[in-house]
Amino acid sequence: MTAATLSESPPRSDETFVELEKVTLTYGRGEKQIVALGETTLRIDQGDFVALVGPSGCGKSTILKLVTGLLKASDGYVYVAGREVGAEPVRVGMAFQNPTMLPWLTVRDNVMLPLKIVPPFRQDYRTKRKTEFRDRADALLKEVGLASFGDKHPWQLSGGMLQRASLCRALIHEPQLLMLDEPFGALDQFTREELWAIMQELWMKLKPTVLLVTHDLKEAGYLANRICVMRTRPGQIIDDAKVPFPRPRNIDMSYLPEFVSMTQRLRELIVSARPVKETV
Amino acid sequence: MDQQLRRRIWSIVLIIGFFVMWEALCWLFNVSDIVLPKPSQIIVTLVERMPALWPHTLQTLYTTLVGFVFGIVAGVLLGVLVGSSRLAYDVAYPLLVGFASIPKVAVVPIFVLWFGSGTVPAILTAMIMSIFPIVVNVATGLATTEPELEDVMKALRASKLDILWNVGLPRTMPYFFASLKVSVTLAFVGTVISETVASNRGIGNVMMIASSNFDVPLVFAGLLILAILGVALYAVFSLIESKITGWAHRKDDFAMG
Repeated sequence: MTAATLSESPPRSDETFVELEKVTLTYGRGEKQIVALGETTLRIDQGDFVALVGPSGCGKSTILKLVTGLLKASDGYVYVAGREVGAEPVRVGMAFQNPTMLPWLTVRDNVMLPLKIVPPFRQDYRTKRKTEFRDRADALLKEVGLASFGDKHPWQLSGGMLQRASLCRALIHEPQLLMLDEPFGALDQFTREELWAIMQELWMKLKPTVLLVTHDLKEAGYLANRICVMRTRPGQIIDDAKVPFPRPRNIDMSYLPEFVSMTQRLRELIVSARPVKETV
Repeated sequence: MDQQLRRRIWSIVLIIGFFVMWEALCWLFNVSDIVLPKPSQIIVTLVERMPALWPHTLQTLYTTLVGFVFGIVAGVLLGVLVGSSRLAYDVAYPLLVGFASIPKVAVVPIFVLWFGSGTVPAILTAMIMSIFPIVVNVATGLATTEPELEDVMKALRASKLDILWNVGLPRTMPYFFASLKVSVTLAFVGTVISETVASNRGIGNVMMIASSNFDVPLVFAGLLILAILGVALYAVFSLIESKITGWAHRKDDFAMG
C-alpha cells in the first residue's frame, strides 16, 4: 500500500531511518480547529542524533509522538525503517518529560519493563529476569548513579533520580530508535551535564537513531549532530543545521566562541519564531 | 504505631461498652426477653445451641463464599469490559446504575421460580449483591488510568492485552480490593435474605423459624453469628488489601517487603 506513495515522494537516501512526509496534525474541527503541526517534512538518517528546539507549544513533542505512533498524523505519512509507523519491527525507547514510573513496581522492575514487552527479550523474560536482565538493569542504574536504589519504590526517589531511572528504562532494550522528550529538563545543571556525557557515551557505543526535544540550546549543541529549529502557530521546521564539533564532546567545548555563536544564532531564530505577544 | 494501638484499644472499648450499656439498660428497665434479650443471655443461648447452630453457620458461610467468588469473577470480567474504554464506560454506566438500584430482595422470588428453593438461589443472591461494587470499582479504576502510564507501554508497541495486564489491572487493584471489603459483607446480606425467604438451611432460616416460635434469644444469637462472620471476612480482605496494594498507600513496610 505504501509503494505508490513512496514513488511519488522525493528521492531518499538508503540511510534514511525516520521519515516524515508532509505531515500535519490538527485537533478538532471547523472553526475550533487547532493546527498543532503544520506541513512538515523531516528525514533522519540511521544512527543520527537530531535535536528539535523551539518555543513552547511549537509541536516538538508532537513530532516525537508521531514518530512513536502515540499520535496519528491527520495528513501525510510517517515512516520508520521504510515502513509506516506502528508496523515496523523496530525497537523504540522513549523517555518522557515526566518520569512516569509505574508506582507499584520497584525502580528496577520499572527499568526492566521494556524487556518484559519488547521482542526478542520478552520470550526470555521469565527465565532471565532474576539473572541476566536484572544484572543489566543494575548496571544501567549504576551508570546513572542509582546503584543502591533498585529495590526502592518510585515515590521514595526524588524527581531527578526518577528522571535518571526513566532514562535507563528508555535504554535497557538497546533501542534502534530513541525518543527523548526533554528528559533532562527537571534536573540541576551539574546532573544534567553529567547525564549529557553518559548519553553521548551510550550513543557512540550503541549508535541508536536519536530524536531529542529540548529547550536547552547548550544541550542540543553538546549532544546532537543536527539541530532543527521550529516555530509556532503553525508548528513548522524553519531551520536545519549541522553541528560541526568533533566527538567526544565535553562541557568545555560549550565555551568556545564557535559554539557560543552557534547557540546565539539558534537563540535569535527561536526568539523571532515566537508568536508576537499581544499588548494589553 | 502508638497512635494506631490507641485507636485499636478505643474501638475495643467502644464495642465492650456498647454491650455493657445494652445489658445495663435491660436490667434497669426490666425489658422482657421476648422484646430484647440481654447480651449475656444471647451468649448463653449461643453456647448452648452451638451444636445445632454450627451446621447452619457453615451453610451460610459456604453459600456466601461461593456466591462471592462467582461475584468476583463476573464482576471483574464485567468491570474490565466496561472500563476498557471511555466509550464503553459512558455507554454502560446508566444501565449498570439501573441494575444496581434494584432492591435485591425483589429478585429472590424470581430465582426461586427458576431454580427452586435452597442453596442455589442463595448463592445467586449473594453473587448479584456482591457484583456491583466490584464492577463499578474495577471499571472506574481502569477508566481513570493515567494516559501517561499507557503511553509508556504504547511507545514500546505493547498490545492491548499487555497494557491491561501490566498497567490497567495493577493500577486498578486498590479500587478492586476496596470493593471486595464492601462486597463480602453485601454477599452475606444476600445469602441471609435468600435463606429467610426460601431455604430450610442456614442462619437466615434458623432466625426465621426462631422468630415465629418467639425464641428471640436465638434470633439474636443468629444476628451475632452473622456479625462475627461479617467482621472476620472484612478483616481478611483488609489484610490481603494492605499486603497487595501497599504501594497505593506508600507504606514503607510494603517497600521493604
